[in-house]
Amino acid sequence: MNAWRRLYAIAWKEATQLRRDRLSFGMIVGLPLVQMLLFGYAINFDVRGLKAVVVDEANTTASRDYIAALTATQVVGRPRALASGAAADAALRAGAASVAILIPGDFDRRIQGGARSAAQIIVDGAEPSIQSVVQGLVAVPLNARHGMVQNNARLVEVRTYYNPERRTAVQIVPALIGVILSVTMVLFTSGAIVRERERGNLELLIATPVGRTELLVGKFLPYVAIGLVQTTLILLVGRWLFNVPIIGSLLQLYVAALLFVGASLALGLLVSTFAQTQFQAFQLAFMTMLPSILLSGFMFPYDGMPKLAQWIAQLIPLTHFNILVRGIVLRGADLSELTPQLLKLLAFMLAMFGIALLRFRKRLD
Amino acid sequence: MTATATDAAIVARGLTRRFGALTAVDHVDLDVPRGRIYGFLGPNGSGKSTSLRMLCGLLRPSAGSATVLGFDVAKSPDEVRRHLGYMTQKFSLWDDLTVGENLHFMGSIYGLGKQALQRRIDELLAEYSLAGLRNQRAGTMSGGQRQRLALAAATIHEPELLLLDEPTSAVDPQSRRDFWDRLFALANAGTTVLVSTHYMDEAERCHRLAILAEGRLVAEGAPADLMENIAADVLRLDRDPGVALRAKIAAQPGVLGVAQIGAQLRIICARGAGQERARLHEFLLAAGETTALEPIQANLEDVFVVATHAPHNRAAA
Repeated sequence: MNAWRRLYAIAWKEATQLRRDRLSFGMIVGLPLVQMLLFGYAINFDVRGLKAVVVDEANTTASRDYIAALTATQVVGRPRALASGAAADAALRAGAASVAILIPGDFDRRIQGGARSAAQIIVDGAEPSIQSVVQGLVAVPLNARHGMVQNNARLVEVRTYYNPERRTAVQIVPALIGVILSVTMVLFTSGAIVRERERGNLELLIATPVGRTELLVGKFLPYVAIGLVQTTLILLVGRWLFNVPIIGSLLQLYVAALLFVGASLALGLLVSTFAQTQFQAFQLAFMTMLPSILLSGFMFPYDGMPKLAQWIAQLIPLTHFNILVRGIVLRGADLSELTPQLLKLLAFMLAMFGIALLRFRKRLD
Repeated sequence: MTATATDAAIVARGLTRRFGALTAVDHVDLDVPRGRIYGFLGPNGSGKSTSLRMLCGLLRPSAGSATVLGFDVAKSPDEVRRHLGYMTQKFSLWDDLTVGENLHFMGSIYGLGKQALQRRIDELLAEYSLAGLRNQRAGTMSGGQRQRLALAAATIHEPELLLLDEPTSAVDPQSRRDFWDRLFALANAGTTVLVSTHYMDEAERCHRLAILAEGRLVAEGAPADLMENIAADVLRLDRDPGVALRAKIAAQPGVLGVAQIGAQLRIICARGAGQERARLHEFLLAAGETTALEPIQANLEDVFVVATHAPHNRAAA
């Protein structure tokens, strides 16, 4: 009875303080909104209109046709014609172009011969994902009009399931729920205990009969509610601005979100038991974010990562949540098909909370 | 274990706390009687806060033990904390909560039921002149108001024991007087109050007193007894001897302390074998100082000076 009363009192105090802290309160809504807009509009894996230059030393019908065919893919914009290979190098170096197309004077003969490469496409490898996109240009037939070179591109049909228009937003927005939650949730709780330690409140609080579990759970609960509010916000913005459909069950999506929020909050609490100052807490919280974003399958496909990265990714709650959320939102999967992920999230949450509880002592030494 | 086996609220034996190479509290023995105001007197760094923190289980003793309200603090700190009110040196209630909310929160933490808590809050607001400030955020209040709120919060569960760590260090003299009136009211109602201070006037008001210096208990007793039984002569020279002579007096063997009070000099002279006072007298005559030395009543400051000059203290320092 007393334990519940104390638990409620801690949760109420935390919520009241948060409500009065205008900046933090604003962050609850502001952070997801800004991140949604930034990620949703800026991240675009569907690359189009790369700046290109062309050096056409052949200047024949075939070479002009080839350039037109490349431009028609829309991967590169209308290429700017340059006089020499050196000028193309300079353009790449200066960042004025990401792609350079070099067509030698004996282009037509090379097509016929087939022994040497007929044209060269130079790609700026410094920028991520451009290279893989430009690989697609290789498939463009060198001499489409005359059909003289056999090209097998047409023999293979590529279809994209679950996102037929290949819109990046559809891939990004569901995963953004996890990214945004892992940023805000860890940040919120990482400061929860340290803040009271810094302000001197903790000394008074731990000199009372309040239990460790009551204290930590009490600090945990208000943020669970905030996590669910943020989830709702991201889903609504995803629906209205980016037209992302939710194919699976909304209730199941919230169950998954609840577990993920719990896992992230528990991680934040653990961070809070390590840090001595709020600044340290923020640094530690930040340290957990980068691996989450990079290794969770949000940026790069999990299957394509090296083994070591995959092992690390298994320890990141966002990895499992991404599978859950993409499954439910885009593929209409049922939670019963995704129990391993649910269990991993649950295990992660309990482990983090348990360690935090063991580390937190009602003492100053 | 019975909670009222003895009539002592706190019994500590050999209580010691080390922080690395520093010994903050060094083998302190304490017997704090119930229903009394017991003072910890000592300068900053003498181990007052560390002692209080050990008594409420916030710090583990490096050696020794403490029994508080019949419970071993090291073994069952939460049993002790249920019956204990603690006021930290720095205001540690929540600045962003109102007076009423802070009290409500602390009351809930101590397990007070809804109605009992409401009644108690009303009582405390009236008692501590905070009624008009009920909806004021604690962070916007004056030092005296915060101190009243802190005491109100520490007593919300009507604890048997109050541990107050320099409660009056940040308030004006009038607030200090009012605060002490409240402490006496609490003690009269049966609460044991352990209060640390570096103000001599406050120490003098305690029923009993422990003087701490560099972590050691150097004197203990009722303030009046301590002043009465001081192991030194306190002498008054009714004249300002000037800086040069004053320095020479202070350097005389047996002279423990010299303090100028206006145009008078207050000299604390060790009693030892009885020779110190006579020798000082001869020295003054030789220096051409003919004004007689008058013995006067010792005050707590003298007790403090003598206690901190005790041989065992000097040897270890």
